Amino acid sequence: MRSDAGKLSLILLMAPFALWILLLIVLPQLGIGYVSLREKVGPGQFTFGFGNYLDFLGEPIYWNTLLRTAWMSILVTILALLVGFPVAYYIAKMARQRSRAALFLLCLIPLWVSDLVRAFGWIVLLRETGLVSGALQWAGLISGPVELLYNDVTVVIGLVYTVVLFMIVPLVSTLDGMDDALLEAGYNLGGSRLTVFRRIIVPYAMPGIVAGCIITFMLTAGSYLTPILLGGKNSSWFTEQIYNQFITRYNWEAGATFGVLLLGFTSLVIWLGLKLTGQSLATTVAKD
Amino acid sequence: MKNSIKLMLTGTAFALVAGSAASAETLRLLTWGSYAPEEVIRQFEAEYPDIDVEVTFSNNEEMIAKLRATGGSGYDLAQPSHDRIFAAQLEYNIYKPLDLSQIDTSVMQTNLLDGVKANTTIEGEVYAVPHQWGTSGVMTNMAEAPDVTGWNDLCDPAYKGRTSMRLRRTILLGTAFGMGMNPFELYNDLDAYQGMLDQVTEKLIACKGNIKTYWTGGDDLQSLMLSGEVVVSETWDSTAFRLYSENPEIVFVPPETGALAWIDTFAIPRGGEADDAAYKWINFVMRPEIITLMSGSTGAIAAVPNGIELLPDDKRDAVQAAFDQQDLDNLKFFANIPPGLEDMEGIALERIKAASE
Repeated sequence: MRSDAGKLSLILLMAPFALWILLLIVLPQLGIGYVSLREKVGPGQFTFGFGNYLDFLGEPIYWNTLLRTAWMSILVTILALLVGFPVAYYIAKMARQRSRAALFLLCLIPLWVSDLVRAFGWIVLLRETGLVSGALQWAGLISGPVELLYNDVTVVIGLVYTVVLFMIVPLVSTLDGMDDALLEAGYNLGGSRLTVFRRIIVPYAMPGIVAGCIITFMLTAGSYLTPILLGGKNSSWFTEQIYNQFITRYNWEAGATFGVLLLGFTSLVIWLGLKLTGQSLATTVAKD
Repeated sequence: MKNSIKLMLTGTAFALVAGSAASAETLRLLTWGSYAPEEVIRQFEAEYPDIDVEVTFSNNEEMIAKLRATGGSGYDLAQPSHDRIFAAQLEYNIYKPLDLSQIDTSVMQTNLLDGVKANTTIEGEVYAVPHQWGTSGVMTNMAEAPDVTGWNDLCDPAYKGRTSMRLRRTILLGTAFGMGMNPFELYNDLDAYQGMLDQVTEKLIACKGNIKTYWTGGDDLQSLMLSGEVVVSETWDSTAFRLYSENPEIVFVPPETGALAWIDTFAIPRGGEADDAAYKWINFVMRPEIITLMSGSTGAIAAVPNGIELLPDDKRDAVQAAFDQQDLDNLKFFANIPPGLEDMEGIALERIKAASE
């Protein structure tokens, strides 16, 4: 009787989560997979096959865009790690207990503003008649207005800014658990700063690093607004291709194919990353 | 016991039916930004207190995508352009035929009405009537680029880094006209059309270094032009007219090969649930006093014989500064897009976007 009640409460507790996963994640993905295997032969007529995937391979623009998106996402992830690690280390280890919460809050504040507004903020700053260009001219560093928008560097900066927080949070929580005695022991045994960093801090923080990298990589590869708004005429981002297929070309079959490919490809990159660092999902993202 | 439950249910059902009858009917509009100004909605709801107007702003592609996703339900009145109805209706069956007896077509300009009817008649049924028309062409800042005459000036090295365009099908067609071809005549010969697209793609890729950025919406374009960062751009005339009132140096130039003319229409989605309200809205916004309000917001010209006279003063000045009779006679109305064409154009646009300078 008692175990029945326990079971029931477990089922009730899990039900919302299970429904959410099933209805909002699994079912739509199955739907997308189904649509991606549909080949259009005429208005309203379809057959099944891998034609859409072959089309993707046959058109260099598409896979080039996918590779470009992946490579820029990896770059953004690495930069976010380089920027985020010192910040996380400072918050977790060097800041005083009282200011720690305040610093953490400061990192969170940009998240209270929507993605779109933040991207427009960058536009206001960086456009030819924008603040940065104006300030540089005022300071006499440049003679004429300079255009800082619409290139890959701006896209990378904008993306790093958007995702760096998701790198900092897991790093702080991992580093927070590290006993300072470990560091002292390292120094006492004659380790230099570099050795202590390399042999003690990084291995200890590895689960946090990998978790942060996975989250930032996924967010970057799947982002839409920042690359479109900041990238201008040369920004081809894979999510834009998906949007174009669905909306401007009414080609749901190709759009669905691209969606499946993006999911598959990013999963592959993450799997490779886990293999290379010797981690697994259980030791990083799902660490308790 | 059973009876009392039945009674209760019946009572509830009655209450529900009565409740929905008494409460307002909703007219769900799917239209372009600025095509449903607050003031017009307020006056419409004042005249028909039992109708609530809900507005969703969109564009041609999204309208079709939204209606396709729901099989034509979710909205009661849509406003696609006249060339985007035929193929979409054949392929996705998202609209229902109009009951022309419910619409006061006598106020509409005859050639526009006949043109839209001819474009949207399928198996004897008419699917759309015209609302407003306007053109796509080139806008220039006279202070910096006074000699602009047409599509080719967008790629003129004299304006390097100071031009803009929207990377959609309009610029493909405009560039083709600028190169001396007529894409509408090639619509029925897809191989020839592909040949034309290849030339246009090549030209626009070569032109890429000349362009500052591709604009994506009217607001985007306005800030580029008003800040002076861009001096020549492909544009909708309505956007240029709106800018003219803020900076009279910015004028619309109908390209010498003819401005490309579009007509935004009224079409009723297949799953629409408020046809009466939709017809009331159509007749309401075609009244002269409402047209002036509407055109003031949209910058487009109503499809009535005196559409230009009914524009608010500043817009009328802008139209008269831009068009003379010869330009109006030279308008190139978008022809119906045959199925398959947009896929070809889509690939061309992606090639241009992905190409590096």
